[in-house]
Amino acid sequence: MQSLGARLLTGYLWLVLLFLYVPILVMAAMGFNASPLYALPFDFDLIWYRELAGNAKLINAGINSVGIAVANTLIATALGTMAALAFARYQFRGKTVLQLLLFPPVAIPWLVIGTAMLVFFYWIGIKRGLVAILLGHVALSLPYVIVVVGARLATFPRAVEEAAATLGATPWQTFRRITAPILAPGVIGGALFAFAVSFDQFVISYFLAPPGTTTLPVEIYGAIRKGFTPEINAISTIIIVVSMGVLLLTARFYRFGGEK
Amino acid sequence: MSVADRRDRGAILALTGPAYLWLTATIFLPLSAMLYVSFLDKSPLVPQPASFTLKHYEAFLAKPVYPQLMLWSLELGALVTVFCLLIGYPAALALAKVVKGRWREALFLLVVLPFWSNALVRTFSWTMVLRPGGLADQAIHVVAPGAPALDILYSYPAVVIGLVHSYLPYMILTCYISLQAIDDSVIEAARSLGARPWHLLRRVIFPMSLPGVLAGSALIFVPAVGSFMEPRILGGTKGAALGMAIEEQFTVTANWPFGGALSFVMLAAVLLICLALYPVARRRMEGL
Repeated sequence: MQSLGARLLTGYLWLVLLFLYVPILVMAAMGFNASPLYALPFDFDLIWYRELAGNAKLINAGINSVGIAVANTLIATALGTMAALAFARYQFRGKTVLQLLLFPPVAIPWLVIGTAMLVFFYWIGIKRGLVAILLGHVALSLPYVIVVVGARLATFPRAVEEAAATLGATPWQTFRRITAPILAPGVIGGALFAFAVSFDQFVISYFLAPPGTTTLPVEIYGAIRKGFTPEINAISTIIIVVSMGVLLLTARFYRFGGEK
Repeated sequence: MSVADRRDRGAILALTGPAYLWLTATIFLPLSAMLYVSFLDKSPLVPQPASFTLKHYEAFLAKPVYPQLMLWSLELGALVTVFCLLIGYPAALALAKVVKGRWREALFLLVVLPFWSNALVRTFSWTMVLRPGGLADQAIHVVAPGAPALDILYSYPAVVIGLVHSYLPYMILTCYISLQAIDDSVIEAARSLGARPWHLLRRVIFPMSLPGVLAGSALIFVPAVGSFMEPRILGGTKGAALGMAIEEQFTVTANWPFGGALSFVMLAAVLLICLALYPVARRRMEGL
């Protein structure tokens, strides 16, 4: 039998969840409402999803976003996993400094980082565009990948690798049969983080996107400021479903909160 | 130096080199370049040679409008952080100490899910709820039919609501992690020694979860001070913040040196506040 205080706290937790989800649910629901002015009563219609399918600008922005997120995931996961391996396997001078250097990209407001990239890229001759956006996204994703893969490596049983080597496995065989399978959940978790960071990134992309070429969040920001139509609800709903799908996948590989 | 050492060195360099070269080229060099530009009298966009000046930092102080914006942004950051703590801490406590087993895992996932959704989309969602005739307005009229129309979209409270909604999961997450680490037997011991619930919370649980509270506060305060998108979408002209002024220097007026100076004044202010609060926080934690 739970005490009154405990039951009150649990009820309160549900209230907080309501606060977190109500706006998102309202937004999603309005994407299925026929009225262009978000007027009620609710009248179910898929018109905004049909309009969206015919909106070449939004579709192109969506393709750019997915393309950048995929490229970002591949690059950030590869480079981040390598760095995490070095941190886990070797003791060397300057290691703490390198690890501390992972804080600024996460802790400094994106507004400052994004505008600084704009200035520096202009200076060294990298034009605003998809390449510049990708460069920025990888920088933001790297610290997440290094930390997530590093967490997996911290629990890595080194002895198994040594045993394989003692039993005559070549370094390549050891890597393929022992190291890679044990490391896989960490790498996949890191990759999903990298994908989510890039796919949801607005601020950096906003400063590095040239007129004409944009990513989905940048396009949505423009639409919100110009006066939005429920098409934006439709695409926002799709974004949320994709992002949450990615997180649920992450959760499968990486048990949050469940441990202990 | 032995051969093995040298081979290790090569491996370390090969493994960490690419990631850190990338970070240098896209984070550390750009920040240095921006600091440098903030001391130039002409924007790099102008083809003429530029010389050293302090005028952009002087310009920040010369007009009262910029220190005022700075103050508003710091106030906004503090307000959002306090609300996140007041709302988030009890929720984290419920999650860590009351809910058990598979329910806890499911609820935990529900808490972190929204912060994996796009911040822009979440902010946009609030315009649906807060606009006149929106959900909040209609809900109030169901409860109190005679109430005046709710019109808080494009206002300061709307900005605070949007930012609290965006950052609340960070606070719940960090508090949850440190609350979960508190051994239940410690709580049991305090209880059996006669601690009342309020005392238990104030003297035992809260001090022990202070690292999570501080981590969450820092994670929220810094980006909230630097926010520009939420004030613009939810605040209209009434939610002025320094972040909006910085954004304009890069997107509207193309005055990069001044924008850079504003950015570094903001970073310095945030850093100073964190440094000033650090010893206070440490004394609290050591005093356990």
